[in-house]
Amino acid sequence: MKQTTVVVGASIGGVRTAQGLRSAGYDGEIVLIGDEAVPPYDKPPLSKAVLAGTAPATELLTESAAAQAGITLLLGRAARQLDLAAGRIVLADGEPVSYDSLVIATGARARPSPWAGAPGVHVLRTLADADRLRADLRGGGPLIVVGAGFIGAEVAATARAMGVTEVTLVDPVPVPMSRALSPEVAQRMATLHRDHGVRTRFGTGVVGIDEHADELVVRLADGSALPARVVVVGIGAVPNDDWLAGSGLVIDDGVICDPHCQAVRAAGVYAVGDVARWHHPRLDRTVRVEHWTNAVEQARCVAHNIARPAERRAHDSVEYVWSDQYDWKIQLAGRTGDGLAGVLLPGPGDSFAVLYPDGDQRLTGAVTVNWPRALVAARRAITARDPLDQVGAAIGALR
Amino acid sequence: MTAASENVATGERKIMAVVKADLEKCQGYANCVVGADDVFDLGDDGVVVLLRTEIDEAERAQVTDAARSCPVSALTVEDA
Repeated sequence: MKQTTVVVGASIGGVRTAQGLRSAGYDGEIVLIGDEAVPPYDKPPLSKAVLAGTAPATELLTESAAAQAGITLLLGRAARQLDLAAGRIVLADGEPVSYDSLVIATGARARPSPWAGAPGVHVLRTLADADRLRADLRGGGPLIVVGAGFIGAEVAATARAMGVTEVTLVDPVPVPMSRALSPEVAQRMATLHRDHGVRTRFGTGVVGIDEHADELVVRLADGSALPARVVVVGIGAVPNDDWLAGSGLVIDDGVICDPHCQAVRAAGVYAVGDVARWHHPRLDRTVRVEHWTNAVEQARCVAHNIARPAERRAHDSVEYVWSDQYDWKIQLAGRTGDGLAGVLLPGPGDSFAVLYPDGDQRLTGAVTVNWPRALVAARRAITARDPLDQVGAAIGALR
Repeated sequence: MTAASENVATGERKIMAVVKADLEKCQGYANCVVGADDVFDLGDDGVVVLLRTEIDEAERAQVTDAARSCPVSALTVEDA
């Protein structure tokens, strides 16, 4: 009797799990289920080239590639319920799908705001979101971006590149991307945005968005009001784990998993990507990571663990994420926020690297701007926990 | 008798697949280098360098995974 693995969620984590099962030698049935009716596509370009309209969406798995790999694609079908005891899920249309192994890869959605649904107020998470926002931005500004995290900062940069003239970035914290960047790097980031004509209102939050006949008015905590034609709310994401409520899985801001990314007390059930909160061996606590590379690496781990249960691996990754804003290619590895103090290394031209040591003066994180080779060296050194002075000398020699 | 076992018998290393890189697409994200640093590296310009293009069956899964970790799909592993 052939085994069946059902993967719920057809974004990068789900697609790479399905592909990885085949690479790992899995010879059972693979069913990949996605709630959107379009072929699986990649999300990072949605705030950059796809939003700008300079590139089409990147397909992750074409129908023919799926057929060739023996992956059954069920698109436009959301999962509604998990029945652990019976080993099956139920789709929104009532159809049951049985599994031997289940991979939960339902991702995350934009954190809801009180202002959702008002005309001209956007979130950016899906291709349809990007299409709607592009259409609105082509009518010009003013654009107010609420939240200066990865999505907000990238939308502001892309809008400027699209020729939107009045762009304002608002965040209650004093600098952009404050969770990921240390204050001195974040300050450079703020300057970069201002140099490209973005107004910044940091240190004050949004208390309301009013709809008027022909415009929106964004009211700030400091009492000021900003007129807007388009508003983008980028205030984080929440995991799509609601459909698992009552299933018996342990849910706490994500599906709680062991170091092998198997849901705790649920043999044969795994989670990958933004919806997974797994026990990270190196950090010795549960973490949920919303980065593309983590989803890819976690997918590889889970595919291996399903295909080769006798040789299970733990998912012990070093975080890596990038962002492209204006002419800056920003790459981050390991721990880069957390109030760590960094050491600045100038690179060729206007590039630079900032290295973050832990308490033992070993490398725990790095940020590079326009210097990919320094980032590669840093990623290796973080994994090896090399001494800061040694890494600094090695990266300095790359100049 | 498979090709692979014939190889063991003769000691020949059979090339099973070829790696290709689209240098125009590459943005220097370097996930490939982390995944298989005996096949991929970055040059001074931050663009991928293929250290070799031919890989054998034993390393195919790892190199394919490394290629699939490219955020801009600049890498492919194809049958030789």
